[in-house]
Formats: sequence, structure tokens, C-alpha cells
Amino acid sequence: MKKLMLGNEAVARGLLEAGCSVVSSYPGTPSTEITEFAAKYDGIYCEWAPNEKVACEVAFGASLSGSRAACCMKHVGLNVAADPLFTLSYTGVGGGLVVCVADDPGMHSSQNEQDSRHYAIAAKLPMVEPSDSAEAKDFVKVAFELSEKYDTPVIFRTCTRIAHSQCAVELEEPLTPVKKEYVKNPQKYIMAPANAIRKHPVVEARGEALVEYAETCALNRVEIAEGSELGIITSGTCYQYVKELYGDSVSVLKLGLVNPLPEKLIRDFAQKCKRVVVIEELDPVIENHCKTLGIEVDGKNIFPICGEFSQSLIAKVMGLEAREFVTPEESAPVRPPVMCAGCPHRGLFYVLAKKKVTVLGDIGCYTLGSAAPLNAIDSVLCMGASVSGLHGFNKASGADAEKKTVAVIGDSTFMHSGMTGLANIAYNGTNSTVIIVDNSITGMTGHQQNPTTGYNIKGDPATKIDLEALCHALGINRVRVVDPYDLKATEKAIVEELAADEPSVIISRRPCALLKYVKAKPSLVIDPEKCRTCKACMKLGCPAISIKGGKAVIDATLCVGCGICQQLCAFGAIGGGNND
Amino acid sequence: MTNNTKNIMIVGVGGQGSLLASKLLGKLLSNEGYDVKVSEVHGMSQRGGSVVTYVRYGDKVYSPIIDKGEADFIVSFEKLEALRYAPYLKKGGKIIVNTQEIDPMPVITGAAEYPHESLEHLAALGVDIDAIDALTPALAAGSSKATNIVLMGRLSKSLDIDKEKWLAALRESVAPKFVEMNEKAFELGRA
Repeated sequence: MKKLMLGNEAVARGLLEAGCSVVSSYPGTPSTEITEFAAKYDGIYCEWAPNEKVACEVAFGASLSGSRAACCMKHVGLNVAADPLFTLSYTGVGGGLVVCVADDPGMHSSQNEQDSRHYAIAAKLPMVEPSDSAEAKDFVKVAFELSEKYDTPVIFRTCTRIAHSQCAVELEEPLTPVKKEYVKNPQKYIMAPANAIRKHPVVEARGEALVEYAETCALNRVEIAEGSELGIITSGTCYQYVKELYGDSVSVLKLGLVNPLPEKLIRDFAQKCKRVVVIEELDPVIENHCKTLGIEVDGKNIFPICGEFSQSLIAKVMGLEAREFVTPEESAPVRPPVMCAGCPHRGLFYVLAKKKVTVLGDIGCYTLGSAAPLNAIDSVLCMGASVSGLHGFNKASGADAEKKTVAVIGDSTFMHSGMTGLANIAYNGTNSTVIIVDNSITGMTGHQQNPTTGYNIKGDPATKIDLEALCHALGINRVRVVDPYDLKATEKAIVEELAADEPSVIISRRPCALLKYVKAKPSLVIDPEKCRTCKACMKLGCPAISIKGGKAVIDATLCVGCGICQQLCAFGAIGGGNND
Repeated sequence: MTNNTKNIMIVGVGGQGSLLASKLLGKLLSNEGYDVKVSEVHGMSQRGGSVVTYVRYGDKVYSPIIDKGEADFIVSFEKLEALRYAPYLKKGGKIIVNTQEIDPMPVITGAAEYPHESLEHLAALGVDIDAIDALTPALAAGSSKATNIVLMGRLSKSLDIDKEKWLAALRESVAPKFVEMNEKAFELGRA
């Protein structure tokens, strides 16, 4: 039976068909739906871990016990999971272990454009890369076989265009998960120096064996076009663009195992072609390998390193005929993502902007507080950096900075890697003010549960970690909760905690307005007779409010009656809804 | 471009339901026996930003995305987005556009003006524009959220596939309690 499947769903199906028993992940676009789809299968235990390092270690534990296991993350999540990953390369596996990572060329939803293939090289791990959903499912199964045969974790790499594209996938019978018997084996699993010293040469030998495998494995495929002088070496989604452009008219070496790369296979392919071009997004990994082999290729001398490829980008670089298209004279105003109408983050950022507070931000929906008209954020680096960065900022700048600088971090991000930074604030002593924006869900990635929500991945009740108690336990005495829909109370809390002579945490608590259990109030209405067009309400950057015919108006299809704009109107022009 | 592949782009504002429309098209075209690829955006772009979904079908489809000058149809859920993505239209292609205007943040903050006359300007460039107010029939069907299906009804007039097959794919794509409303929205769009 065939089914149209998102790449991420196909990966999940591959996990099922491979008999994978345990999946632990942290959400991150574009990888999130792998674990969400996997959680729908009864045969796989799935969970959202607090972060990727935990997820990877959970998968390690399951593998150690003899079961097939996986963890899934976005590319920057692999940075967090890198610590266990590098030494897992030495221990090897019990049951097969697959680490799924989704890169984001073009940065649709990411803070950088890193190329995960470098991790495979640095950690000396095999990396498999499919070019569409159908391959994604099949390659997951191959990845588990490789993992067990070569006693190694296998990295499974996708990118946005694989993860979030659908094509037909042939469904096959799932394997019944097999659990090997757990056998204590300290020399294999205790990576203390004496054992690690013995293990390193094993890792090197494994690498050589994998190169041998790469020469002949079915993951790598040569498509020779008789009479073609041009040969293209490519992998992943770029293969699809190449086929779209050239069909079967050029020779193609399609690599499905992108680490280690074959040598003889590439040499033989290059010999059959007059010109060899390497077409790969992001860094010149395949290209540099070819050059190391002494093979002359074109690559990043003609193709960009930055951004995503497409069939027309390749056509342009390769000198093929471009398509005609219309170019309207007037430009379309950009439409950046915005905080939703009724977003609880809006009230908080409005107050922070009004008080001209320096804000170290973090990763999540609330990163949008950086956008106009609020412009309320000064820095965003990575998960958790707001809290640790605030401490460094305040240490370097002294008491004055402490009175006007805050960190803003979400509930899920705080559990991911904000806690350790907060412990540092308490332990090493700055009078820092950390604001946890607790919207009771992991928002940006599409509503995943986390340890503070009280529910697990299946929506079943789970232990709910008490943020107030947690902050107290991390050494913070001043912990207070405010409702960001209440601007006055929010301002009072910020002013008082910034002034305090000890570290403090403000929990800005209000569930995401898009959560199903959050009932919208009736839309507010602006009385045009009373509106003086002072535009005070426009400072909120609410997508439901605009100026039409010289007066502010509220779009009733968007407004959820949060009432923040009412608190800003000095003329009482905003009414309707109910004000409880 | 290979063989007989057809390209449909769905563009709009995050939250307008482009994923449901692409799900419907994916089912419909798969049911028709085509090789289909659908590519969508998730995450950051969904938060009220400009969103685009690609639907490609034919005997054999390789690339999941549609590039400038390649789209046979652009179905735009909002007026300004039709202007933004017009360069993706193939010569001789058609833009089906909802005339609803949703101000982007630069217009709300006064940093930019909404281009109210953009459809007329596109038509003057020779672009085939099929403009409809999809919001009114959606509200008549029961919800502003049904504009996506109104527009699918409109698109159905341009594709050579039986109405019954569209309705069957629609029933497969939505939860049972929303079937009736969406069928009505589809009929109103097709009328």
C-alpha cells in the first residue's frame, strides 16, 4: 500500500518498520513531526525530553539495554547532544542506535545554517541522507542495520525540504521489536581512559571498514547517461533538483551514505566523465573529499555556500536556459511572522519596551518580541543563553546594569537549558532579573508538551514541574508570578524586581492563546467617535488592529478579546468583549 | 522541466489554512494516480507570516519545490500575497486570488503602504487573474476558516477532474464534523 507522507512521517514509519522501541527527542523545526508521528504508533515508546543531550542519552540507555532506539532533533540540537554523541562513537551500541538530525538550509526557522555533516566527520560516525520521503523510510531501516553491523550510532540527516515535503511511500510490514539480552560489558561501555585508549583504534578501523562498505552499498548509486560528458556528484534534496533539470541526460553519482565517502566509486565515476560538478547545499564536504583524492571538480567555485538550492539556481549556475517570469513594478511589503492576536508575550514586551529595559532574549515564539514595533529584544543566541548571558552582562557592567537589564526565556527553553544559568546567577551572585514567559506549552514548534505542562507527548497526565519551587531550589528567593494581560501589575513587578538587591525571577504566566482549552473572548470594538487616532494601541503590534479610514479598527476575525489595547486607550474608545 | 509535471502554488498568510488545502490536493491528485509531491512550511513562518505551499503532479515528479516562472496556478488566499508570488507564475498560468486584504506588520506600523491596486497592475502586465471574495461565501458556509476550501472550489473549475472526486478527497481531508461546512464552501467557490 502506498501513502503520501511527509518526510518526517516517513522517518517515523521507518522507525516502526525497523522495530525501534524507544524514541526520545526535543522538538525543533524541521524535525519535530518525526517524534509526533512516531508517538501515534503503539509499538514505539516516545517522549519529549527536556533537551537533546538528555534525548540522546535516553536513546543510549535503551540501546545499552539491547533495544533499537532513536533520538531526533534539529541541527542546532545536535550541538547540545554532541557530548554523548562523540563518546557513543567509542562505546558503540547494544541495540541499533540512530540519531536523526534535520538541517535547515535557507534558515526557514533557525538561528544559523550549520552543516551537520561535519559532526559525522568529527565524531567518526556513518551518516545516511535520503533524498525524499520514500528513501527516508527505507534508509532508516538501513541505518539500524548499519548501526548493529558496525557497532556504531548512525546519524540520519534530513533537511527542511525532505522533512516537510510529501511523496508516495510504500508501506511494509513492521518488524517486531527484538530486545537483546543485556550483558554487562565494562570494557565496552565504561569510557574511562584505559578503555577509551583501546577503543580509539577500533573506531579508526571501523571507519576504514565503512569506506569499504561505501564503495559498493546500495545507498550510493551511479546513474550513467551514455554519451554524456557531464557527471554530477550530489546527495539529498539536491539530487531531486538535478533530476528535475536534466532527467536522465547526465551521469549522476547519488550518495546516500554521506560519511564516510567512497574513494574508488568516486574515482571510477570521475574517469567516465569529462567534467565533474559537485552539487551540494551548504559546505563543500563532498567537494573537498574529491579534491583530497586529486580529482578535479567544480563546486563552490560556481555554487553558493549560503542559502538553499533549487532547480532554477542550479540551472542558472550551469548555464541552462532560464524561465521567463513577470516582474511587477511595485514591491510587496514584507510580511514577517508576528506574535498572534492575544499572544500573552505581547503585554510583557510592551512593558519592557516602555521601560527601556535591555533584554537578553532566547529561542521561541517570544523571539518575535524583537520585531517592530516593539523592538524589545537586544540579543538572541541559542537555547538558554539569555539567562547565562545576563549574568555575564551584569558581572561586567555592575550594579547599574542590574537595574535595567533582564533575561526573557520560555518555559520549555528554561527546562531545556535555562536552569543551569539560573543556578549560576544564584551561586556566583548577580542581582539579575530573569523573566520566564510561561505560556504552558512549547509554542513555536507547534504545541509540544514539556516538563512544566503536566502532560506527556500522548497528552496523558504527567508530573508537572513547579517552576516557582524549581527557581527557589536553584537558590532564588524572590520569585513572583504576574499575568502579562495586566499591564500595570506587569510593570510593577518589573520595576520592583529590577530594583531588588538580590537575584529574582518573574514568571509571566498566561497560556498560549492558540491552545484549544483557551477560550477566546468576544472581539473588542473601537468606537470611531471616540478614537482620536493617537495610535497608542498601534504600539502593541497586534495583527488585529490597523488604521482604516483614519481610525483604528479591530479585525473581529482575529481579535480574541485579550483587552491589552483597552488598557492603553486614554479615550475609552475600545469596548465590547467582557472585562473580567 | 521534465515531462508533463503541473505546478500549483498555494500562498497566503500563516493561519489561513494552506496546509488543509494542500492536503486536499495531495489526496485528490494521488487518487487520480499521479506522482505527487507537496512541500510546505512549518515553524517560524506560520506565525502570521507569508506562507507558501508547493503542489506538483505528473508522471514522475522530482523536485518538491516550484521556482520562478514555473507555476501553472497560484492560489492566493490574500491579495498582497498574489503580488508577492506573481513572479512564480508560468507564462500563460493563472492566479486565483481572494480579494481579502490582511495588513502585514509594516503596513500596520505605517512603515509601508498596502498596494490596493496590485491586481489591476498585474492584469495590465498580461497576468490571467481570477479574483474572488472568498471570505463572504466562507462566512455563508459557516466560518471564515473555510476560505481555503472556497478557493479550492474555484480552482476545481480549472482542473479537469470530476467534482465528485474533489468532494471525496475533501471528505478524506477534514474531520467528520466539518465535512458539511466545507462541502458548502467548496460548492460556493465552484459556483
